[in-house]
Amino acid sequence: MEKTQEAVLETIYQKCTANGDNIITALQQIQNEFGYVPEESVYWYSDRTNIPASRFYGVITFYAQFHLHPRGKNIITVCQGTVCHVKGASRIISKIREDLKLKEDQSTTKDMQFTLETVNCVGACSIAPVVIINDKVFGKQAPAKITQNLKAYKE
Amino acid sequence: MNSEITVNVCLGTGGIAAGSEMVMEAFRKEFESAGVKNANIEKHCKMHKVGCRGFCARDVLVDVSFGEKTWTYQYIQPEMVKRIVKDHILGEQPIDEWLVGDDYHTFHDNQKKVILADLGKIDPESIEEYVGVQGYTAAKKALTGMTPADVIETMKKSGLRGRGGAGFPTGLKWSFCAANESDVRYLICNADEGDPGAFMDRSVVEGNPHAVIEGMIIGAYAIGASHGYVYIRAEYPLAVNRLNMALEQAKEKGFLGKNLFGTSFDFDIKVKLGAGAFVCGEETALIASIEGERGMPRAKPPFPANKGLWGKPTIINNVETLANIPAIINKGADWFASIGSEKSKGTKVIALTGKIRNTGLIEIPMGTPLKDIIFNIGGGIEGDRLFKAVQTGGPSGGCIPQQHIDLPVDYEGLKSVGSMMGSGGMVVLDETDCMVNISKFFLEFTQAESCGKCVPCRIGTKRLLEILTRITEGNGRKGDIELLQELAEDVRDSSLCGLGMSAPNPVLSTLRYFRHEYEAHINHKKCPAKVCNKLLTFFIREDMCVGCGMCAKACSVNAISGEKKKPHHIDSSLCIKCGSCFDACKFSAVLKE
Repeated sequence: MEKTQEAVLETIYQKCTANGDNIITALQQIQNEFGYVPEESVYWYSDRTNIPASRFYGVITFYAQFHLHPRGKNIITVCQGTVCHVKGASRIISKIREDLKLKEDQSTTKDMQFTLETVNCVGACSIAPVVIINDKVFGKQAPAKITQNLKAYKE
Repeated sequence: MNSEITVNVCLGTGGIAAGSEMVMEAFRKEFESAGVKNANIEKHCKMHKVGCRGFCARDVLVDVSFGEKTWTYQYIQPEMVKRIVKDHILGEQPIDEWLVGDDYHTFHDNQKKVILADLGKIDPESIEEYVGVQGYTAAKKALTGMTPADVIETMKKSGLRGRGGAGFPTGLKWSFCAANESDVRYLICNADEGDPGAFMDRSVVEGNPHAVIEGMIIGAYAIGASHGYVYIRAEYPLAVNRLNMALEQAKEKGFLGKNLFGTSFDFDIKVKLGAGAFVCGEETALIASIEGERGMPRAKPPFPANKGLWGKPTIINNVETLANIPAIINKGADWFASIGSEKSKGTKVIALTGKIRNTGLIEIPMGTPLKDIIFNIGGGIEGDRLFKAVQTGGPSGGCIPQQHIDLPVDYEGLKSVGSMMGSGGMVVLDETDCMVNISKFFLEFTQAESCGKCVPCRIGTKRLLEILTRITEGNGRKGDIELLQELAEDVRDSSLCGLGMSAPNPVLSTLRYFRHEYEAHINHKKCPAKVCNKLLTFFIREDMCVGCGMCAKACSVNAISGEKKKPHHIDSSLCIKCGSCFDACKFSAVLKE
């Protein structure tokens, strides 16, 4: 592991120990730094804290928030709440998949530009269906509209 | 004109998504360039950001007030601000065509606001404004003038029941916890609102975080807790920010920390971010998550009130429950008990969404008939289609059909028709929604969110989903309905926690009221609502088709052919029924049957 990475992990470790934070908080901070939870960071943290790596994996794979693989530069989040569902969220997802040429088990494009994710509900039901690209919320989307909106992110 | 002018802009998540930050910025710019605030025009104008106004369908909502008189504008976009400032604020001529109409008033007049009363009026980021509306006076009253037993007694008398779903009486729950001998007790605020189609708790935390904090202070005092946690979804960044900001301010003012209000009572609150697991809304799973473990529930008893966080007596209350508490202390148990129905007291905040005209956040007295909510407040079905059902209680609830439209909305009423209050999401469905598909949608959700600890839930939801999937894909078999019914009942009766016990509800309630739709899918391989693509045939109406070729371009299997500007044709032997052509056609020439 690179020295800089170790330094980052050490800072997180020191901060979490001082606050009495648990491993969920530690993992949230690791993910904030790296954008995902790199495998080597888990082993590093496990060695440092003497907590078995299996417990970290248990937590990482349990919670939807954690990612074990790097994600794309742009994160597309499609809301799959009930209202978005009845207003056609699944058609929007298939359109995005087609547009980004994502295969069925893929969520990140080969060039690492886009990652497609879904969320249970963002609670903006009055403007359903909702798609969030990075931090920007797009309401009342339709398959044709989302293709249009995505264009701005493809340089 | 000497009275003060105020401009209120909604900055809830719904408002922001509709562009309210840009509207706010536009006002700031206009004020600057028009010289408002400048003494020589003698106009003083202040701007406010406020929480959710409830009527999210009309965002961005902007209030312009001259002293007591208020005009409300709807659908405001940044480019419209210039005219509002010029004509209305400077020229004192309201722009009639942009003002809200009668339905805005029908929407609000049929509600009773206790929890939402200050949302949309006060700046959620300012503790001074909360204090200005009697904020923290209830906490002071409880801590300095009442014993913990008095507070619990008041809650019992008020009849307040938990707003998180199950509806357990809050006062009783508190008394169980207080009765335990223990050096440490905990109070947890459950803000892990995970139901799809629900945003009540988020809106309350975003719009009035101090009310929740004040409720926690009072609750902690009643049960003798010195530490509190707010467990909140990380997917709600705005709510998390506002909550943290409010906690800082409350600490500065001495409402949190040591010796509150000059008493010997200490209380502090920490924020814990949920990491995205629906099951963590269950009390014991939530506790496991705060302890840093996988959020898996355990068998009860012991109940958290006796043995909770780190083995200590713990009370977990929902956001809305806690937000009710300051008002009950200030106005009294009798006042609260006078609102609502016989067994369900007070009001309920509901996220009213779906195929309805007026979507948004509403608050009604318990016991209000479903019909009033949907047709008066909600303004009826969008596009004049027919009402089919209303889904309440999220993935744990059920679908209520037309025949029960007069049902009073309270804990008992909803339960009697096989649904539940849940956290208060209400999704209205119309004739174009397929009930088998809805049932499958919720099962997909619960199956994915099942933690896997107990067999009935882990495997049962999976099998239920498989059966529903094959029915919607045209492979339903004879006997599937009976199998669904039996399996759903087994999962309900034998699962470990609330997730599994309520997961079959969407299946059971749709089987009960919409059995004919299941039969149409299985026996006739037809989807009456035309939603399940695999059961449909797509074709093009020649007289409507202009031959633009958009459908052919959208088709990924080249099943559509035709010359330019001449009617196109779908080859049904090649068609994979994906529905792309239907979405692509701008002339409604693609039909499905």
